Amino acid sequence: MALDPGIVGRQYPPTEPYEVGREKIREFATAIGADDPAYHDAEAARALGHADVIAPPTFPILMSFRASFAQIVDDPDLGVDYSRVVHGDQRFAYTRPVQAGDRLVCRCVVDEATSRGGHDILTIRTEVATDLDEPVVTVWSKLVVRGH
Amino acid sequence: MDKGEQLPTRVYQVTRADLVRYAGASLDFNPIHWSDRVAAEVGLPGVIAHGMYTMALAGRALVDWAGAPDAVTDFSVRFTRPVVVPADGAAEVQVTGVVRDLPGPDQAQVDLTVTCGGERVLGAARATMRTCLGKQGANPYTGRPWGE
Repeated sequence: MALDPGIVGRQYPPTEPYEVGREKIREFATAIGADDPAYHDAEAARALGHADVIAPPTFPILMSFRASFAQIVDDPDLGVDYSRVVHGDQRFAYTRPVQAGDRLVCRCVVDEATSRGGHDILTIRTEVATDLDEPVVTVWSKLVVRGH
Repeated sequence: MDKGEQLPTRVYQVTRADLVRYAGASLDFNPIHWSDRVAAEVGLPGVIAHGMYTMALAGRALVDWAGAPDAVTDFSVRFTRPVVVPADGAAEVQVTGVVRDLPGPDQAQVDLTVTCGGERVLGAARATMRTCLGKQGANPYTGRPWGE
């Protein structure tokens, strides 16, 4: 089922805040083998000028993935078959690192909805900001919905 | 960093245990990352690493080359081929980089090459990093001296 190009620009409601915790950052950093002290120890992060433990560069996927899938992939108007979704591209553009203590809100927008070679391509841009509207990172995920 | 500089290769071993840990940390429980049966059913050669896990390894290389955990300001990849992780032993992911441009006094743009078994697993992998390391100059995130 081809994506309706009219959905480009569709904006989804802001998500409930995701509360970034030190232990979750530590768990994520450990899982990827990132042992820099600033990902584990608040004093090490503060020595670099941050308020608390900072997260590694791909950490925001936890929030953006959850938001984009719950809102967009599951949007009945789009009719996306999750079993056919393949992650195509991914990008993070930072204003500052994510840090423990952040309460982060995701606002998703459909940036692209095209068809190519029998596959549908959906690019979702997620603006991640604090619950005080301070920008933190912009995330783009390009999803390929494989054709039959 | 110098324009055109070749950055030293980083090699990462990836085991099934790593994928289990990353699934828990990232909340991505897609069974293609832990079940041989499901992976085969969808036509994969075996259990594969999460694409975001491979991107996270490339992110570790960036942080390593920059010498700072908060150096990465922009990071994008395309997922070109899966990293197949054997039930025993490990897959080996190699990350190299070239400094493509120095757009500002404290910035470097890097093109990454990420391979496994001689095949490129991430394409169009590039990043922008701050090269002003440690506490030189102002904290680029706050504009104020480090520690304030």
